Amino acid sequence: MSSQAPTVEESATRIAAGFSRDRSALIPLLQALQQEFGYLPPEALSAAAERLKLSESAVYGVASFYTQFRFQPSGRHIIKVCRGTACHVGGGEKILDELRRGLDVEPGGTSADGEYSLETVACVGACALAPVVLVNEEIIGRSSAGSIIAGVKHIADNGNGCSCRR
Amino acid sequence: MPPLTDFTELQASADAEWQGLIAGSRPHILIGTATCGKVAGAMSVLEAVEATLQRLGIEADITQVGCFGMCYAEPTVDIALPGQPRISYGYMTPEKATRVIEDYIAGGDPRPDLALCTIGEGRVDGLPSLEEMPMYRAQRRIALRNCGHINPLRLSHYLARGGYAGLHRALTGLSPEQVIEEITASGLRGRGGAGFPTGRKWQFCREAPGAPKYVICNADEGDPGAFMDRSILEGDPHSVVEGLIISGYAVGASRGYVYVRAEYPLAVSTLQQAVAQARKAGLLGRNILGSGFDFDVEIKEGAGAFVCGEETALIASLEGRRGMPRPRPPYPAVSGLFGRPTNINNVKTLAMAAYIMAGHAADFAAMGTGQSRGTCVFALAGNVRRMGLVEVPMGTPLGEVVFDIGGGIPENRQLKAVQIGGPSGGCLPAEATDVGLDYESLSLSGAIMGSGGMVVMDENTCMVDVARYFLTFVQAESCGKCVPCRLGTRQMLAILERITAGDGRPEDIETLEGLAAQIKKTSLCALGGTAPNPVLTTLRYFHDEYTAHIRDRRCPAGVCKSLITYRIINDRCTGCRLCVKACPAQAITFAGKRRPVILDEAVCNRCGICREVCRLDAVAVS
Repeated sequence: MSSQAPTVEESATRIAAGFSRDRSALIPLLQALQQEFGYLPPEALSAAAERLKLSESAVYGVASFYTQFRFQPSGRHIIKVCRGTACHVGGGEKILDELRRGLDVEPGGTSADGEYSLETVACVGACALAPVVLVNEEIIGRSSAGSIIAGVKHIADNGNGCSCRR
Repeated sequence: MPPLTDFTELQASADAEWQGLIAGSRPHILIGTATCGKVAGAMSVLEAVEATLQRLGIEADITQVGCFGMCYAEPTVDIALPGQPRISYGYMTPEKATRVIEDYIAGGDPRPDLALCTIGEGRVDGLPSLEEMPMYRAQRRIALRNCGHINPLRLSHYLARGGYAGLHRALTGLSPEQVIEEITASGLRGRGGAGFPTGRKWQFCREAPGAPKYVICNADEGDPGAFMDRSILEGDPHSVVEGLIISGYAVGASRGYVYVRAEYPLAVSTLQQAVAQARKAGLLGRNILGSGFDFDVEIKEGAGAFVCGEETALIASLEGRRGMPRPRPPYPAVSGLFGRPTNINNVKTLAMAAYIMAGHAADFAAMGTGQSRGTCVFALAGNVRRMGLVEVPMGTPLGEVVFDIGGGIPENRQLKAVQIGGPSGGCLPAEATDVGLDYESLSLSGAIMGSGGMVVMDENTCMVDVARYFLTFVQAESCGKCVPCRLGTRQMLAILERITAGDGRPEDIETLEGLAAQIKKTSLCALGGTAPNPVLTTLRYFHDEYTAHIRDRRCPAGVCKSLITYRIINDRCTGCRLCVKACPAQAITFAGKRRPVILDEAVCNRCGICREVCRLDAVAVS
């Protein structure tokens, strides 16, 4: 028994061991690994390949196809701007522009200080409250370009819990 | 505890529990806590309600229900006092909810000023009943029958409202062939959008050689602007589980999958709990209800790819591969998941199948028009007063949904277009309000029924920008397997980006039409096959907007950034500085008290925030 914290490789192997060896377990396994590390480090992809007896390129090929999977750690706060139709009609694009400008980060990237990752999401299905922005899974509804930066910073600073929890 | 095989026993205990709740001696409070309710602040309202009840020493039952469909009035709180009608209160805040509890439960004043309507039996002076509400009058709720009425996490609530009766009837009294006959007789067609007759689909899968067979519920509701499937999964998950078990029995499958979007975390957890409850009650697993039929369900989360709503791509994803479609035939009914016969239905199709099998095939077939029977479900959003969920008989005119149910356009603006069917659908103009909402009429108009997203657009929407928006979406979501979709949508998007940037050329429209025709004809799957629809319909109905962009370098709706300028209307501006403080580009300078501010066009980044914050309407866009 070593008293040291497990390495990424050890943790990934431990998680992979809990999954069936069938190929259909690949996506759920990648989801579990990303849940653990916040992204998919190379060691996690190797552990998945090892468990399912697939080549690493096959695993990376699947992971890179789906938008959910990331290969770089994210910022401390993940901001997702909804790009659904109702949000677009309600001015979602202006909100995205304002966030890019105000937080100095491009969609798909992370700000230089590691504080914010900016992402877009196809549609979160809360169209009646468009335009919608998610900050660490907490949803800001009926947002506007004028108030979005303040709203995002407020949630990022206070983290008053996720409103999605029952 | 052994699973109950006696369905009547199961029903009786559920009924007793339900009656105790709705006809009990304690106040019953229902709060909508689906995703839309939560976004509107339902959880803080719930906390306020709980705290107030405790403070006043009132014992009450609180039920967290799904979305009632009146998303525009969220959060909602319904209160049913013993012997009194259930009153629904809208636009709740923690303060308002506290007042309602104090005044009504403690003080006996039903506060009609804060209420929307009464629901069910009984009336309150000065309040309409739900059936009299303009948003509800024309609706017939089948797929949404339980949403907002029950706690989605209580199997007993679903049972008490007639749930699993269809499954019980099918398993104990009907052969699989008879089940398929009933579904066929009801006229049910696929509610995922394509409208293939469900009975026939089940028949194909039943007759296909090979075992084991599989059934899949497609809950990968990826269309932007659509949220009906989410609402059903969050508000009435058992109806989907029941429909899936029935489809499994009909086609001869013993294993089912539900493929849910990862973007719907609440739907996933609600569904997981529903499946666990059904298993515990003996409605899933071995020898269901003592019929000898074995069936179980597994929930799989998608990973954020729009194309996975296409059935062959969905299957590839379930198998742990890249979610790319493959040519059909063979159809999944013949060779699907792991190469076995597989039946795939949308969430709404299954929720309706469960209703139909409870002996309602004839009622279902009696509604609708021509070859479109039953009801259609729409998620109504955009520039409309009453947003939410709408379920109306097939063939209902579009205008009735937008104006009577949706209450028309806010701020007295004009209706410009209605976008139906998401990226595969089309934009219908204001003149098309008499188009019937059924598969055939929508198809003729150039839109499609699609999955049911309906986004209303007012005069401030630029249709060329909308076309560009949809192409941006499909181009990003194209899986890249086939050339027409991968490169064709890229080309169309490049042209539209040029047009909206003010660099359109006269021949662009012809090029767009040519590309659209090619892409439609030659794409591998429906994503590419329908991708040009938003462009084609906007070209068909809003041709002059394209002309204005290309020939006059003008965006009539004042949306396309490269073609607009913001200016201060000097006689209206009082120099209050609101816009000076708000402008992120520092393009506005203060010129002195009571003098109009000065906007520097060269610095302005056309974000429109100044117009948003101005209280005097002193900022013009042209």
